[in-house]
Amino acid sequence: MLKHKVQELMNEPGCSINQSKSDKDRKKGCGKSLVPGAAAGGCAFDGAKIALQPITDVVHLVHGPIACEGNSWDGRNSWSTGSDLYRRGFTTDLGNLDIVNGGEKKLYRAIKRAIARHQPPAVFVYQTCVGALIGDDVDAVCRAATQRLGVPVIPINAPGFVGSKNLGNRLAGDALFEHVMGTEEPGDSGPTDINILGEYNVAGELDQFRPLLARLGIRLRASITGDARYRDVAAAHTARVNMVLCSQALITLARKMKETWGIPYYEGSFYGISDTSEALRNIARLLVERGADPALTGRAEALIAEEEAKAWARLEPYKARLAGKKVLLYTGGVKSWSVIQALQEVGMEVVGSSVRKATETDREKALERLGGDEGKLADAITPRDMYAMFKEGRADMMLSGGRSQFVALKARTPWIDINQERHHGFAAYDGMVALVREIDQSINSPIWARVRAPAPWDEE
Amino acid sequence: MALIVDHNKALSTSPLKISAPLGASLAFMGMKGCLPMFHGSQGCTAFALVMMVRHFREAIPLQTTAMNEISTILGGMDQVEQGLLNIARRAKPEIIGLISTALTETRGEDMAGDVRAIRARNKELDDIAVVDVSAPDFSGSLETGWGKAVTAIIRQLAVPAQGRAPLNRVNLLPGCHLTPGDVEALKDIIAGFGLEAVVLPDLSDSLDGHVPDAYTPTTLGGTSLADIREMGRAKLTIAIGEHMRIAAKTLKDITGVPFLLLDRATGLEAVDRLMVSLSTVAGVPVPARQRRARSQLVDAMLDGHFYFGGRSLAIAGEPALVWTMGKLAADMGATIAAAVTTQALPALGELPAERVIVGDFEDLEDQILEAGGCDLIIANSNARQVASRHGIPLFRAGFPVFDRLGAAHLVGVGYGGTRNLITQLGNILMERPGHAHLEHPHDHSAAAAG
Repeated sequence: MLKHKVQELMNEPGCSINQSKSDKDRKKGCGKSLVPGAAAGGCAFDGAKIALQPITDVVHLVHGPIACEGNSWDGRNSWSTGSDLYRRGFTTDLGNLDIVNGGEKKLYRAIKRAIARHQPPAVFVYQTCVGALIGDDVDAVCRAATQRLGVPVIPINAPGFVGSKNLGNRLAGDALFEHVMGTEEPGDSGPTDINILGEYNVAGELDQFRPLLARLGIRLRASITGDARYRDVAAAHTARVNMVLCSQALITLARKMKETWGIPYYEGSFYGISDTSEALRNIARLLVERGADPALTGRAEALIAEEEAKAWARLEPYKARLAGKKVLLYTGGVKSWSVIQALQEVGMEVVGSSVRKATETDREKALERLGGDEGKLADAITPRDMYAMFKEGRADMMLSGGRSQFVALKARTPWIDINQERHHGFAAYDGMVALVREIDQSINSPIWARVRAPAPWDEE
Repeated sequence: MALIVDHNKALSTSPLKISAPLGASLAFMGMKGCLPMFHGSQGCTAFALVMMVRHFREAIPLQTTAMNEISTILGGMDQVEQGLLNIARRAKPEIIGLISTALTETRGEDMAGDVRAIRARNKELDDIAVVDVSAPDFSGSLETGWGKAVTAIIRQLAVPAQGRAPLNRVNLLPGCHLTPGDVEALKDIIAGFGLEAVVLPDLSDSLDGHVPDAYTPTTLGGTSLADIREMGRAKLTIAIGEHMRIAAKTLKDITGVPFLLLDRATGLEAVDRLMVSLSTVAGVPVPARQRRARSQLVDAMLDGHFYFGGRSLAIAGEPALVWTMGKLAADMGATIAAAVTTQALPALGELPAERVIVGDFEDLEDQILEAGGCDLIIANSNARQVASRHGIPLFRAGFPVFDRLGAAHLVGVGYGGTRNLITQLGNILMERPGHAHLEHPHDHSAAAAG
């Protein structure tokens, strides 16, 4: 059954990259193939956890040995404005005897205990490699627990060995669709309710665009899943429009919500000034198409004009300080053209950008921004080459995820975290200004001259 | 005397335990030119890697055999072979640590046999040492994995002296509760006696936080293979922490070098024992520098005891950390209101606490509440939620410490390190004089006195 589900997710027709792939490539999914001894990144369980952990008020219970939860809990920087239950790690911590005797009874007792102690609106149970290998039927335990304990207990069947982090994101989305969405009917659904899919409120980014939506009278019914409450996710089917932020992770969920409840979706991003404007514009358009007050369009345009002008004005002072600085942008490449644009606007030169996960359209846009220089677009840069780029002065700084930070830092080169562990929100207009401010603080820090100077005894 | 209590709960909440494979990989981080690999699904590696990166603020070389659905069913030998060859080709390491995980152990993979077969048919692995370690996640914790890895390295690489002349040397086997800073301090102490030391593993040479001159895909430093082959020529092996006993004994069985197991290297009495042993081995008196340091520690105890007396501490961590910190707290006159650890190590029964719980941070919180509060928590960064919920200061020690700088540089061994700990803990207690829980009607003193 899991195998069937995985194939279905791999075949996602709503994905623009998938459409351009051969049948064979499509079956491999969109995570890179996993090469022993040369692999990077998390497993499917990790991906499922990343996608769902931000739901703040439920118990996230991991059915597996200690590594799966013990080595990772409370490690993701997704914020809550409400409950902090999601920040506790829950696990059955399977031991020797559980492996021999089976862990189903232990799992049931764990669920019961979690509900008794924390009274959550739901429990999410994550299957892992070992649980699957010893044949524990998590689905059955969850069904029994739901019936006997009167609290929804949701199985998340994404053991690590089934594939990459990305596949785990998708399996998590599928679990929400199958078990959670549509189970609550809110009494207050309105014509301007939207969901946002694939936003995890890292460093509180939700609050960089939630106020913009509020000013337009648009209500965020459910954020999937940053700062989410279980009941909001359960009522997500009543929203009028879905906006998909990280399309590779939750596009299948968006498509299924469209097919089942007729909710149209827009794939966009809140990173970069023009992308934010484009997102607001499209949300307004889709809402109007679904019966919201047509004046919304005009109000959105007014807000966009006002906010864009403000943002550009705030970026102005940085131009002199950042002009001509060479930056290497090493992200998944999702919508990186939009960030490229902002960096170029303040006078920086983008010397390279990765397009590992970018769609063909995004790739073209990025290429156009980089003046058609194919050499600046890379799928992946090896750490060795990256180190050389810094040492030889071909890049003055890097924006990337935590994994590559030490390549830059050990080359005594400024670096900023723009991945999930980051501590500053970089979303929407305010976020882009914050990013440029961070870049300025980093690249113009007084330490670089000091740490690059040789020790007195090493001077020529 | 403490009662060791293991509730064996079905639900672990806010786990204290870190997996054994992570501990094993951490030991390999102290091997020179090394790139360890987990035999498991890639998440096992990703989680361990991220945790070590956050703690040490250093790049962590760690690979995965990337087990998938098919290899999980059919067996992972091909994955191991591909992984070893890929690492050999890309990183050219001197040594690869191959560490099993719960996934492959549940399957019952014969990793050692597989490695033999793989080596026989792949010449390009001839110049690379491959040490396999069985350390399933479902058995033991961080300490267990570390101990197993060091034991495996010794068993597979150490050789008898075979007539080679003994050197003026000791072997040092530090436990995983010692930081790179601790190991560096111990090396200095040993050097002060005119002794050479081979440290296995030597995190102070790899994860001490330094800036190398070139990009390296393997560990930045550590114990070399040549060092390990010379361990048989030492006069004595000093192991620190009960979890190093098997490694020390294995080394003795192979090389005949006698060993001394120190339960800790922190606290006046414990450091005295270390000094006497080193003096005996070296055949020289304890150096003036250490005599002075001892006097400085005595002075720090005199100055500091006012702030520890009658105060109650909560400690959570691996057994070696709880033991070391618990003894220090007791030495200084503090009481232990709560002690939580990951394994039922019998020696912890000697701690002056009512109970030592084998459990998690929920147990720590419950114990603190039961005791009516406490003045200070000593634990890793994952105690931060408990600490902030109850407004209790948290002194970060153990692994992982990801929300403070300098986790790798905290020194708590030797006379100087002990003074350092007394100063840091004492300052926190000084800042919050009296009992944090005076307003609480519950009488905690009887419960905490043990």
